[in-house]
Amino acid sequence: MLDVARLRTDFPILQREVHGKPLVYLDNAATSQKPESVIRALDEYYRQYNANIHRGVHTLAEEATEAYETARRKVGRFINAYSPKEVVFVRNTTEAINLVAMSWGRQNVREGDVIILSLMEHHSNLVPWQLLAQAVGARLEFVGLDPLGRLVLDGPAVEGDGQSLDRLLRENAGRVRLVGVTGMSNVLGTINPVAEIASRVHEAGALLLVDGAQSVPHLGADVRRLDADLLAFSGHKMLGPTGIGVLWARKEILHSMPPFMGGGDMIKSVHLRSSEWNDIPHKFEAGTPNVADGIGLGAAVDYLAQLGMEEVHAHEQALAAYAMERLASVPHLHIYGPPAEERGGVVTFNLIRDGDLLIHPHDLASILDREGIAIRAGHHCAQPLMEHYGVPATARASFYLYNMESEVDALAEALLKAQQVFGLA
Amino acid sequence: MDDFYREEILEHYTHPHHYGRLEHPDISHEESNPLCGDRVRFDIELDGDGQTVKDVRFSGVGCAISKASASMLSDLIIGKTLEEVRKLTNQDVLDELGIDLGPVRLKCALLPLKVIKAGAYGLTGEADDADQEEEW
Repeated sequence: MLDVARLRTDFPILQREVHGKPLVYLDNAATSQKPESVIRALDEYYRQYNANIHRGVHTLAEEATEAYETARRKVGRFINAYSPKEVVFVRNTTEAINLVAMSWGRQNVREGDVIILSLMEHHSNLVPWQLLAQAVGARLEFVGLDPLGRLVLDGPAVEGDGQSLDRLLRENAGRVRLVGVTGMSNVLGTINPVAEIASRVHEAGALLLVDGAQSVPHLGADVRRLDADLLAFSGHKMLGPTGIGVLWARKEILHSMPPFMGGGDMIKSVHLRSSEWNDIPHKFEAGTPNVADGIGLGAAVDYLAQLGMEEVHAHEQALAAYAMERLASVPHLHIYGPPAEERGGVVTFNLIRDGDLLIHPHDLASILDREGIAIRAGHHCAQPLMEHYGVPATARASFYLYNMESEVDALAEALLKAQQVFGLA
Repeated sequence: MDDFYREEILEHYTHPHHYGRLEHPDISHEESNPLCGDRVRFDIELDGDGQTVKDVRFSGVGCAISKASASMLSDLIIGKTLEEVRKLTNQDVLDELGIDLGPVRLKCALLPLKVIKAGAYGLTGEADDADQEEEW
């Protein structure tokens, strides 16, 4: 069991007040707050040993290089990679997926090929594939959802857009190059059965890319157990700084991929009209990297590893279950997605009466803000998913290791108050 | 909370003025805010000389701020000339609403004005660069 009261003292920002009320931060799917140890790591780097890495021989450069590469190894161990060479530092999940689309995609996806995604994907695991498909003449297909917001793996054709994974793989046999799914939906909270999906994808001769933006911070990841081929995630969603993210991919895949960006550091030798590429992962890290934030991410991984991701997930799942129970007492409140046991700490909802939005999520979010409560309202970078549910926007509360039941209570009370403000009590 | 969702704003939201469509508008223009799903259409009828706003209706889906803003603006522009409509500023909208808005909700409040001005420019066929708000 996490000692949340004690953990909270590690996060300076949680002492803040908003509109004279204690901050109740329920927007963790958007970004997470940072523990003192991460903030200190950044401060220490700039105060004590800031230098450019990999090239310098002097002491500061050696120390900075050591710290950056140590962070890489920490991240690699955190996800049980086969080697630290498989860990490429990028800016964020979005950059990681774009890197794959531009590098692996352009090399391996041809006209008439198929890429399978799902209806619940974040725009960052959708748009890069749209760009690729348009560029090479490939086709995008989508795994549909069941009424509880879970991917349909088997069975007859799903309604509306989207088909079952089984059907898509069968009907496009021989042409599917890649399947991309989220490890956990940032809207529905659905935890997808990645290992099961991987086995089918591999049987079909395709690669599996996992968008781990939500799943890595909240469930952890064991790439060997997941059996994924590529995994993308962001530092800022897992207690780390902004501006740093990770692309993990199997060694063999990275070896075979052409560079993404060209420049210093990703080369072994440079002549006027040609160059030899550096070894992985540096082949994909051109120019001076985000040294400070890489080190910061290392500190974040230390913090999470010490707590244990099973503990973190158990805490969040319990909180989500409590939230779903508490929110059931709020009139007209409709929650999207699967039951608590099948989701992570994300609860997305709307106030709906007779099929219409009772209070627009934006207004809910503003009223909650007045009470010091931070939730998110909008389409959550998942417009196709909003369309699937026939709403322009939804409200989302998302938890992390430092959230408490009393904060869920505050949320429920504020939602009741919102209905009063709108004269709907 | 009461000062944000003032009675007046809620009144305009629950009982918006000039809500609906016009059968034969002289100007009809719609825009949306893709960030949140707000969508506003304005139908405007001009009087004989084609320069003064005689009647107006607005429709669409959106949050309380965008709806209240549209409702207040529709009151404001009746009887104004197109010239005067084009001179309306973001500040005029904020003064009408009478609340402090952060940059995100600001977009909700200003969407109706954007629609009205785009419609007004469209008809007269002029675009006045000097009228554009400074981005910096």
